[in-house]
Parts: sequence; C-alpha cells; structure tokens
Amino acid sequence: MKNILTLGRRAFIGLAAGAAMAIACSGPVMAQEKTKVVGIYTVPIEQQWVSRIHLALNAAKERGDIDYSYSENVSNTDYERVMREYAEQGANLIVGEAFGVEKPSRAVAAEYPDIKFLMGSSLPPVEPNFATFDNFIQEPAYLTGLIAGAKTKSNTIGLVGGYAIPEVNRLMNAFIQGAKEANPDVKFLVTFINSWYDPPKAKEAAFAMIDAGADIMYAERFGVSDAAKERGVLAIGNVIDTSKDYPGTILASALWHFEPTADKAIADVKASSFKAADFGIYSFLGAGGGSIVADEKLATPESITKAKAKEAEIKAGTLKIEINDAEPKSTK
Amino acid sequence: MEILDILLTVNFWAAAIRIATPLIFGVLGALMCERAGVLNLGIEGIFTAGAMAGWMAVWLGCGLWTGVLVAALAGAIFGLLHAILTVVLGLSQHVSGIGITLLATSLGYFTYRTALPNVSTPPRIIPFQPLDIPVLSDIPFIGPVLFQQTALTLLAFILVGLVAWLLYRTPLGLALRAVGDNPSSIEAQGLSVRGLRIGAVVAGSSLMALGGAFLTMSAFDAFFFGMVNGRGWICIALVVFASWQPGKALLGALLFGAFDAFQIRLQTEVGAFVPGQVFLMMPYLLSILALILVARKADYPRSLLVPWFKGQR
Repeated sequence: MKNILTLGRRAFIGLAAGAAMAIACSGPVMAQEKTKVVGIYTVPIEQQWVSRIHLALNAAKERGDIDYSYSENVSNTDYERVMREYAEQGANLIVGEAFGVEKPSRAVAAEYPDIKFLMGSSLPPVEPNFATFDNFIQEPAYLTGLIAGAKTKSNTIGLVGGYAIPEVNRLMNAFIQGAKEANPDVKFLVTFINSWYDPPKAKEAAFAMIDAGADIMYAERFGVSDAAKERGVLAIGNVIDTSKDYPGTILASALWHFEPTADKAIADVKASSFKAADFGIYSFLGAGGGSIVADEKLATPESITKAKAKEAEIKAGTLKIEINDAEPKSTK
Repeated sequence: MEILDILLTVNFWAAAIRIATPLIFGVLGALMCERAGVLNLGIEGIFTAGAMAGWMAVWLGCGLWTGVLVAALAGAIFGLLHAILTVVLGLSQHVSGIGITLLATSLGYFTYRTALPNVSTPPRIIPFQPLDIPVLSDIPFIGPVLFQQTALTLLAFILVGLVAWLLYRTPLGLALRAVGDNPSSIEAQGLSVRGLRIGAVVAGSSLMALGGAFLTMSAFDAFFFGMVNGRGWICIALVVFASWQPGKALLGALLFGAFDAFQIRLQTEVGAFVPGQVFLMMPYLLSILALILVARKADYPRSLLVPWFKGQR
C-alpha cells in the first residue's frame, strides 16, 4: 500500500519545488491584496449583536474595501486558538468579542503586534494594537424609554435580559431613565434568563411579566417580542429592527449600527494609523452608530415629538446620557 | 401580587406545563433506554437534532406532524448509532453517549448553516397553536391549564400513559424491564437481548428528539444554536428522581417546570432584594434536594451500564 509516508523521492522533490514556486509567485500578489479582516464570534451570526458586526463587515467586503472571513459559534475556551490561527494566517484586522476572554485575547494581541485587534470588550484598550468597541446605544435606548413611558397604561414595563453584564445593563438603565422621565409612576419588572440564546425561556419570562401586568416589554432577547405579540402587548426592540417580523407589536427600537466603527477601523488600518483606542464613541447617536425607529401609529404623538427634540439635543451635545453599568432591579 | 398567590393562577400552571413538556418527552425517552439497561447521554445532542430536523422539515414545506415524524426519525438514527456502539460492540455507554451528544449537536448546526448560510434573523415557521378542545377547555382552572396547550403537550401526556401501559401491562414491557435487570433470563426465554435493547434505545431516542422538536415547533418557531440549553441533562437527573417509573417521571418534569415558572415570577417580585442568580439556581437546587430525598431508595435497573455478550456470565 502506497501512502504519503512512502511517497517517492522524486515525487517529493517535485512537490516541494512546486510549493516553493507557488510561495515565490504569491509574494508580489500578496502585497497588493486587500485588507484582510477576520471576524471571530462566540455566537452564531444571527445573534443580534453579532449580526450588526457581520452586516457592516459584509458591506465593506461588497464595496471591495476588504477581504472578510469569519468563524462563528467559537466557544470561549477555544477562542484563543482561533485568534492565533487567524493571526498566523496573516489577517490585518481581527474583529471579535473579548467579553469572556478579556485576558487571553489581550495576551494573543501582544504576541502579534503587527496585527490590529478590534474587540468588543468591557475593559480598556491596550497599546499598541488592541482597540475596543461596544454597542453604546444608551442614547437611543433612552429615547425608546421616553416613548414607552408615555405609552404604558398599566404603568408596568417588563425587561427581560440575557446576562446582567455592563453592555446589557447600561441599555436597560438608559431605557428606564427615559421611561421614568416620561412617566414617574412607571414600575419596572426585571428578569435575567442567564442565557444569550434560549428563546423559549425568554418567552416564558416575558409571559410571566405580562401576567404580572406589564403592557410594554423591553425585548433584549429573542423570544420576548413573540410573547408580546401573542398576548397583544407592545415591545421595545433592541439592537436590531424586528418590526417587520412582529407587525403592530414593536413600539420603538434602539438600533445599533456597526458601520461607523468598522469603516473607521478599516480606514485606519489602510492608512497605517490604527491606534489602540476605544472605538465606543462610534456607536453613539452623533456618529451614526445608533438610531431610533418608532412606530408612529402606536406611539403617542407627543412622545414622538419629545423624543425627536431630545435626539436633537443629544446630537447637539447639550444632553448627555449617563452610562450606568449597574445591574437594574425590579421596582419595589 | 403576593408570592404564594402566584401558585394559584392559571397562567402559572399553564407555564409550568409548557416548560415541563420537552422534559416529559426527554425523561420518557431516557427512562426507556435505561429500563433496557442502556444509559443514553446522547440525549442533549438528540434534543438538538430533533429540534433542528423537525423545524427544518416544516421550513422546507412539510406539514407539522410530518416534521414531528422527521424529528423522531432523526432521533432514531442517533439512537441506532448509540445502540450499535453500546449494545452490539459493548463499548462504554458514557463515552458513546457524550460522543453522540457532540456529534448530533454539531451535525445539527452544520446542517442548519449549510442550508442557511446567509440569514440575518433565523427563519420562522408557523408552529403548533394552542388547542381549544370543546367541553374540556371550559372546565374551570384545569381546562385552560391542561387543554389549551398545543397538541404536542397533549401528546406528551398521552405518551406517559402509553409508556406506562407498555412497560407494566404488555409482554414486551415485561421483557424490556427484564432485559435491564437480568438479561440472561431473557436469553433463557429464547428472546433476543440485543434486539430488545436496540429497540428500546432507538424508540427512547425518538422520544428524546420529540422533546427537541417541541422547542422549535411549539414553544418557539425558529431554530437557534444552543437553544436546548441543558434540558437534556435535566432529564437524565429526572429519571433517577422518577425511580425509572413513567408516572413519577411526569411528576418530576412537572415539578421542575413549576420550579422554573415560579422562579421567573419570583425574580420580578423580590428581585430588588435578592440577586437574580439565586432564582436561576433554584430549580436545580430543588432538583438536587428532591434527588437526595427520593433517589436514596431508587430501585435502579440491575444491569444498567452492563453490556451483555452471548454466552458470557
């Protein structure tokens, strides 16, 4: 039986020569290649947060700015290895999420100083090549709160979240701030399901809140809007616009757009001016990284007017929404 | 709302039963395998496979019940693989089971992604709708709790009776119980130990897959990676709690469902003072407590985990 180990000497030399030639020829071509961007995600690309990143990078790919490839559903325990693998393959920019691998991902970045890292992270960036970002859409979340607070009749709003981590908490807190501003009597019910991806469970949590009197549901997870639709109450969207999937249910949504963050990072890499900065500001309303959509048939006209006025204030810089990462609690 | 008043509401018990339904399927399936002497740790993966296969079939245009059959078939295939490894080859049931879980989960994801490489939100199907059975649904309290559920929930309850009847009232059931206790007695009767065990594992695995199918075809309308979220493992614990009896299995699943429905409601009631993680722990903590109380007297199948070879004593 002839296998690879008993490959003839001549065949081996031939192969080696061929490989050497291929490497030699690919050199000059490589230099002209597009910026190689890699996405490494711990969840599937359908997940709200990651879907926004995937969308923006795909758009850049279609414009011809970058070469984009990605790995999804990479577990945190495997994350470091996947990072290294892409780094070894010569990626220029690695985009991902460091929430579960804050230390290891920084260690990998330190080993590959020529490669730029743009990671979703709760901690600060690290020189020279580890930049951070996150979905800082507390401003639109606050605006949806204004609309929800004005709309609720039972004065009870339910919030279902995945995990009580800063990126979830700050949006919930901003939403609560807005709702309280519009209606000081409103009571909040808060539940975390300790999973990013268990829609049946999120749905059950939402049902429980609707049973307890909530007539508006803040839908941080998939499944909450489904419960709202089934029981005929309203929902507030988060990160993605799902109003088409639940017509007549989504009162307003705070959207995240990753494009400003991605485009800035890609331009910096191309111009060799990429800095280990906090890219969080590119998710702000003023940078176009966040926006609000509201269903004008469902929302009260006054609340829409007020939200628009506040939006203008935020954009003008006269109103700042506080970033509050503390875990939100049910009102008692 | 007072905390204990929660327990008196229709919606609470309806939620408990909804949460319990996939567990009822799963625990019945696990029970069937273990009664025949084979531990099936492939359950978590078989849940995923069932959730994926059933949903995918409906998404591709099959009817809902065809989807259920496809899910059961997917479960049966992985069951057969587990049976070949553990019954025919007599390999470690733990290792094979974990392997099946890894394989079935990954294969489910792989199939999903191959079929749907570029989706932004997972596509949806029209799932089973809650039934409204005349007369029965109108019974106060019991009606809305039991008979305004979806058809799959009713199927789960019917299957509990069916499995109990099969195990305790039929010759096949006697043989099945015997093969898990004392396979040589089955051999002495001229019955096939392997045949019975393979059959039980295949049938049990189809039941497990139905638990997964419930998640994507009734509790929700789309398939998500990781949505099984440990429900399979809970079933493995529930079998011990149930002392391998279908009736107690139903009770265990319902208890767990009630704990979970209760903690979700409690979180919003007293969540201001108590950290949310305490509630999330609750169903598992109470399950462990129940296991300690019940399982000490558990009468487990004598030949569980013991492979059987012809002519070997």
